[in-house]
Amino acid sequence: MNSATPLLQVSDLVIEFSTENGVVRAVDGVSFDVFPNETVGIVGESGCGKTVTGLSLLRLIPSPPGRIVSGQINFLGRDLVTLSDAEIRDIRGHDISMIFQEPMTALNPVFTIGNQMIDVLKRHRGLKRQQARAAAIELLDKVGIPAPADRVDEYPHQLSGGMRQRVMIAMALSCDPKLLIADEPTTALDVTTQAQVLEQINRLQQEFHMAVILITHDLGVVAETCQRAIVMYCGRVVENAPIEQLFAAPQHPYTGGLLHAIPKIRDEKLAELPIIPGRVPDLLHLPAGCRFADRCSRAEQKCRQTAPSLTWSRDGHSAVSCHYPLSIDNG
Amino acid sequence: MADTTQMQPAVVDSPVLEVFELKKYFPVRGGIFNRVLNQVRAVDGVSFSIKKGHTLGLVGESGCGKSTLGRAILRLHEPSSGKILVNGRNIMGFTRDQMFSERRRMQIIFQDPFASLSPRRTVAQTIREPLDVHRLGSKAERERRVTELLDVVGMSPQVRDRYPHEFSGGQRQRIGIARALALQPEFIVADEPVSALDVSVQSQVLNLIAQLKRDHGISFLFISHDLAVIQHVSDEIGVMYLGQLVEQASVRDLYARPKHPYTRALLSAVPVPDPTRSYKRIVLGGDVPSPMNPPSGCPFHPRCPDAKSICSTTVPAKRNVGTDTQPHEVSCHLY
Repeated sequence: MNSATPLLQVSDLVIEFSTENGVVRAVDGVSFDVFPNETVGIVGESGCGKTVTGLSLLRLIPSPPGRIVSGQINFLGRDLVTLSDAEIRDIRGHDISMIFQEPMTALNPVFTIGNQMIDVLKRHRGLKRQQARAAAIELLDKVGIPAPADRVDEYPHQLSGGMRQRVMIAMALSCDPKLLIADEPTTALDVTTQAQVLEQINRLQQEFHMAVILITHDLGVVAETCQRAIVMYCGRVVENAPIEQLFAAPQHPYTGGLLHAIPKIRDEKLAELPIIPGRVPDLLHLPAGCRFADRCSRAEQKCRQTAPSLTWSRDGHSAVSCHYPLSIDNG
Repeated sequence: MADTTQMQPAVVDSPVLEVFELKKYFPVRGGIFNRVLNQVRAVDGVSFSIKKGHTLGLVGESGCGKSTLGRAILRLHEPSSGKILVNGRNIMGFTRDQMFSERRRMQIIFQDPFASLSPRRTVAQTIREPLDVHRLGSKAERERRVTELLDVVGMSPQVRDRYPHEFSGGQRQRIGIARALALQPEFIVADEPVSALDVSVQSQVLNLIAQLKRDHGISFLFISHDLAVIQHVSDEIGVMYLGQLVEQASVRDLYARPKHPYTRALLSAVPVPDPTRSYKRIVLGGDVPSPMNPPSGCPFHPRCPDAKSICSTTVPAKRNVGTDTQPHEVSCHLY
């Protein structure tokens, strides 16, 4: 799968935010590739930098206080970090689209959904108003909105949460993007609606031949939609692997711990749920070595002194950032 | 409406809480005279009981009325009708003063640990507040109790003079739990206590709640939208849809043999963290209808994959499809 040229290559990305208490490095040397037609999950808990990474791909980091300090984001041969504002605007919503967690705040409440979609279609595809309206209805139909010709004239508040997220997806797809970034697209939705929306994203990914980056905290969602997952912890990538491997044989103790600790439906109830002890360190006071060392049962002296770097396996399929990865026991 | 109280199974140990046909309607007002135009039937005739030291898990999607039910039981929302028996006494007719002392027995833990703690109070002040309000013990005794409670929820006594903003979500939730425990309640409503927490700390708080149940014999009404969470903490489970309990069974029975089509769909919708697992998912069409205009007949029939013609006309009665000792109640025409 790595024989193709990557669509997106993020290398050594560093993003900092200045806060009242000092400079916080939210993303610290993140690198990963996304190939055409691939669905990649970025997983992690709040504060791990997954959303900031997603936003940076479209240069949507609010600045100030945030800023991309160093690193490259190569997309189809261009470095998005160095593009001018006008150039990046052409990419946003055209080559790369993004959908957000809370569709109500992402949609403008004073315009009908049709109006908002028509704007995008006119701006990026150069359509006339009537054509754009027809295209909007077609897109709403594609994302599974019933009676799209009527819905197009409704306001966001008239739609349910699941419908709004579908409208967001329709808008994001309106210019046939090559890459869709979905930031917790189903977190605000109920499970039954989540199932509908995830199925929709999977189907549309095939139909539109696009790559998808799915940012989520939910490993269940990753297991069901992604081919590859990138696990982040405290601003760094700790593991990057195809999902079959990630779930069957996690390498990083954090990934292993997460897989154990997530509440999941079990055949037999456990007396006690497995936990990851402790908590995520404060980004202002990060430990010197491995950032997971304080919570890790395998940690040795070395882990507290030197930070491990992300190392790729010999076959090039997976990478882990750990001095004592879990697979070390079985060779 | 059929009286379902006779269907309650005979239980040996007496229930801490019994709820009969509880309803909570919210009026929708409008027009120039601010008349009541319609009713939102948030809780529409719910009956259940919780035994001492047991946990009833209440699961359902947003808007199904589960949080309203939790608050109505404590009379934080005044119920429209129905009976709430706490240790056999109906608290519905209680006066303000009676309710005040009754609340010592029943406490609540809220979902959002950021909104439910006052930012201006120290940890000790927050935990001590219920003791101050109910004037229990001397000042020194209250202080000792705070230390004790911090220990119960796994926090160091050194945090007592710190403020909520200094803590992470998981620790704040522990403070909220300590506050709820201050009066040694018999019964706690836990309203989505872990949904605002990160996965790696969710399990820590869930284990704490399970331990409280074991060590202190506290009964819980545990409200959650998460079927995995609810499975871990509950003894019995009630599935709620549009203000009604559509299925109620022991936790083992419900997960192994779900009866109601809604329960089945809900269970199959949960993403499974195992990419090799393949199974057929029941994807429900449409959205939850508005509780202002609930559908006729069975509230679930417009989305039900197994709906028959009777489902749109007649409200299904609650039936026990289990045994007398292991009841499994379901409201569905299929049974």
